[in-house]
Amino acid sequence: MTAGTLTTLARRPRWLAPATSVVTVGALAAGPFLLLPYATATLTRMLVFGLLAASLSVLVGLAGTPSLGHAAFFGAGAYATAWTAVHQTSTVLALCAGTLVAAVLAALVGAVAVRTHGVWFLMFTLAVGELLQQTADSWEPVTGGSNGLYGIPALAVGPLVADGPATTYWFVLIFFVLGMATLWAVATSSFGTRLRAVRDSEDRMRALGHRATAVKWTAFLLAGAVAGLAGGLFAAQQRLVTPADLGFSTSALALLAVVIGGSGSLWGPVLGAALVIAVRDVLGADLDGHGPLALGLLFVLVVYLLPGGFLRPRGAGPRPLPGIRLLRRDQR
Amino acid sequence: MAGADVAATAVLNGLAVGLLLFLTAAGLSLIFGMMDVLNLAHGSLFLAGAYLAWWVGGDRQTWPSLAAAAGAAVLVGILGGAVLALLAAPLARRSHLEQALLTLGVALIAGDLFSALFGDDVRATVPPPGLDGTITVAGWTYPRYRLVLVVVGAVLAAAVYWTVERTLLGALFRATVADRDMVAAIGMDPRRARVAAFALGAVLATLAGLLGAPIYHARPGLDLTILVLALVVVVVGGLGTVRGPLLAALLFGQVESVGQAVLPEFASFLLFGALAAVLVVRPRGLFGAATAGAAR
Repeated sequence: MTAGTLTTLARRPRWLAPATSVVTVGALAAGPFLLLPYATATLTRMLVFGLLAASLSVLVGLAGTPSLGHAAFFGAGAYATAWTAVHQTSTVLALCAGTLVAAVLAALVGAVAVRTHGVWFLMFTLAVGELLQQTADSWEPVTGGSNGLYGIPALAVGPLVADGPATTYWFVLIFFVLGMATLWAVATSSFGTRLRAVRDSEDRMRALGHRATAVKWTAFLLAGAVAGLAGGLFAAQQRLVTPADLGFSTSALALLAVVIGGSGSLWGPVLGAALVIAVRDVLGADLDGHGPLALGLLFVLVVYLLPGGFLRPRGAGPRPLPGIRLLRRDQR
Repeated sequence: MAGADVAATAVLNGLAVGLLLFLTAAGLSLIFGMMDVLNLAHGSLFLAGAYLAWWVGGDRQTWPSLAAAAGAAVLVGILGGAVLALLAAPLARRSHLEQALLTLGVALIAGDLFSALFGDDVRATVPPPGLDGTITVAGWTYPRYRLVLVVVGAVLAAAVYWTVERTLLGALFRATVADRDMVAAIGMDPRRARVAAFALGAVLATLAGLLGAPIYHARPGLDLTILVLALVVVVVGGLGTVRGPLLAALLFGQVESVGQAVLPEFASFLLFGALAAVLVVRPRGLFGAATAGAAR
């Protein structure tokens, strides 16, 4: 049994998912006591990308709108947090600023994106990601250009200053839990139900009087905001943000994590992200810089061997990922 | 340079870029229309063509090297297309996202192999003697190769257009897009038509890369740049057709090169701004409605 497979949550005892989550988070909190600093830093990166993947999972699995440009909001959050920390304040307010900027951006992008369907949604989000990467590259006075934005001071929440591997880890973990709780609350609320209904039959929901576009837009905004929070945590850990962090490759990594873990699930994509980071950073380093090769093979293997991901609801049989038959024949 | 000269240069540059984009995007459109596969490895085929131009001809091409590279590019295209078609075949009944991920994986692997084979340096090549240098007409100078590119690109584009719109093979392609079952019912093999479309699309992409090598310079990351541009063209132009991407590619060539001439800082913004504007007005692309009619 696994926690957080939201599509089948109703069939399990209500306390199971929160209980499993509490145990998991408790185990995670003990990480720095058991691990070497380097491993702690890797685990921190896994949490950061896990939160990004979980937010994307809401779009892919619940809203049925897979995005190829989700890293745009991750990057916007990272840059906004970094800029605020460098120029204004390095308290937790910087993180709030990053989340807010990502949310505003997601609101703007989402207003156009939710009007498109299928492949057009993929392409539009991809284009937005590329556009933002180019902005980051060329807007040198603010973003530092291709060198990136560096010299980010350690962020702090109250007495906890994220200046060492362990404190950074706990800092990230706190906001990781907050972000995951937000996503979980959204997915299990009546709004989440409406979102899945729109995914399954948008026309029917419209006929029933629901504003399907508004529902999808809200989901896009929320996912973008949480991605921005993940970006802010990224800036807090790396102390460096570069244009590559909001480009297509980061979006593709997040999407891979979602597909490995099972879209629509929350913990699944976190596991997927952990695996992706492990392959890229740990295995990739051992392979003499051939991380992309290992990742590419992982992509191919996952597509063939894991339709639906790790945390696919049991007994569901082989089936396509929910809501991802992008283009129905009648939509061509 | 006078204003008219600048304008002529920008328009011709736009035409050259637009035709290259069309050759790449036409393959993408065919592959999506026929195979129903969103081929994110398409930029890798373009880059393979560009690297071939450098690998066979070196820093300076000769006529034999260009001919050899063109032959090799056709072979690589056919092979690459066939391999992709085989890889994608088991996923035919699954989602577009999974096919996109598969081809993305192939693109990552290809990019890594290119880096291992050719290193991370820019591999620029100069066109063969006779095509390099500039041409001067009434005080206006223009790179000769770009002019040739416009002509060759136009010929190739016309050939593609003619093949799809006027030949039996093209009719089979269009019929397979419109109604696969009917094609099978009249005794044609839609699967073979789809593999042929994949191979043809891949050959077009490698040839475009070969032709574009002196302009784009083979380098890591070029595959992604070209892929995004081609996808934008296909999305704006409409899927599964030739006319839509042709018009969209020419339009985007102009937007890019005139933008480069007038507002160099914002050229890429103009491109994606145009994409966003098109999607706001017509969420299925400029020629999407016409495509939908043809597909039924």
